[in-house]
Amino acid sequence: MSEVIVVTSGKGGVGKTTTSANVGTGLAMLNKKVVLIDTDIGLRNLDVVMGLENRIVYNLVDVVEGNCRIKQALIKDKRYPNLYLLPSAQTRDKTSVSPEQMKKLTDELREEFDYIILDCPAGIEQGFKNARAGADRALVVTTPEVSAIRDADRIIGLLEANEIRKTDLIVNRIRMDMVRKGDMMSLDDVVDILSINLIGAVPDDENIVISTNNGEPLVGSDALAGKAYMNICRRILGEEIPLLDLSGKSGFWAKLAGIFKKN
Amino acid sequence: MGLFDLFKKKNSGDVAKDRLKLLLVSDRANCSPDVMELIKNDIINVISKYMVIDAEGLDIQITQTESDSNNGSVPALFANIPIKDMKNRGSK
Repeated sequence: MSEVIVVTSGKGGVGKTTTSANVGTGLAMLNKKVVLIDTDIGLRNLDVVMGLENRIVYNLVDVVEGNCRIKQALIKDKRYPNLYLLPSAQTRDKTSVSPEQMKKLTDELREEFDYIILDCPAGIEQGFKNARAGADRALVVTTPEVSAIRDADRIIGLLEANEIRKTDLIVNRIRMDMVRKGDMMSLDDVVDILSINLIGAVPDDENIVISTNNGEPLVGSDALAGKAYMNICRRILGEEIPLLDLSGKSGFWAKLAGIFKKN
Repeated sequence: MGLFDLFKKKNSGDVAKDRLKLLLVSDRANCSPDVMELIKNDIINVISKYMVIDAEGLDIQITQTESDSNNGSVPALFANIPIKDMKNRGSK
């Protein structure tokens, strides 16, 4: 049975697009047929994070307006044949698509794909309403900062009001060295405040910047953040995986992986 | 801000958590009028099982109240429900 997952956060810049790219790619690596949809109309980014920016012909708005068939707009990933991207339109605005149209689109894609991942724009306006319209479940991304957590709480409330069946939390960019010093909220603190299920924590890892530079998601690599994303994918599939030990080693392992990459 | 506060410096992580907890309580309490109307109707339905109430005179609102545990004020739901009569008095 296919599942439509919206990746959202409220606040911008916490890692929605990076999470969408890594979760989508990870699920494809686990042999699922996946389509990633960039729903941020006017500010498209998922294509460049995936390294597929040069292959765009048609986009989401073209599909919705009937200028092309869905299959014509889907871009096949460079490395995984069962991974596709439906890019957003760059020269249109959020009102070009309605929640009803998004729901119709995701329902059509359900017939073809196991997982449909919607990368939601920041904010709680039309773009968010479009993205959540057809979703079965949500991944709420936050960082351990007051502003991101406050916005996440608001988003969780709005998702509940829209009867999204399942909402899970991803805490991104956590720095265990700061948590140990008491200068950053711990995972327990964040989960305690938001009181929803934690599906994964991703450490602040410079390899994420490097992988984004290269247009290749980090998931599946030996970098700590890559492992964390793969664990999240396995948990999405229903596997019981203990939380990754992010303590202390994050800096060391990240550096070590960095050294090997350079050589 | 007392003199002792200068010496026992709180970790910024704990400060963040405490600030957020208070903030979210008031954020979450800001119900839209639609939600308040739904709550009101549900309360009428529940209370009406046991009492005859004056639905027109019913008033609910979210206000601030003093809290012992949270060292400050917290939001509270106040309902003013005029009772006209009890139902099935003495049957149970």
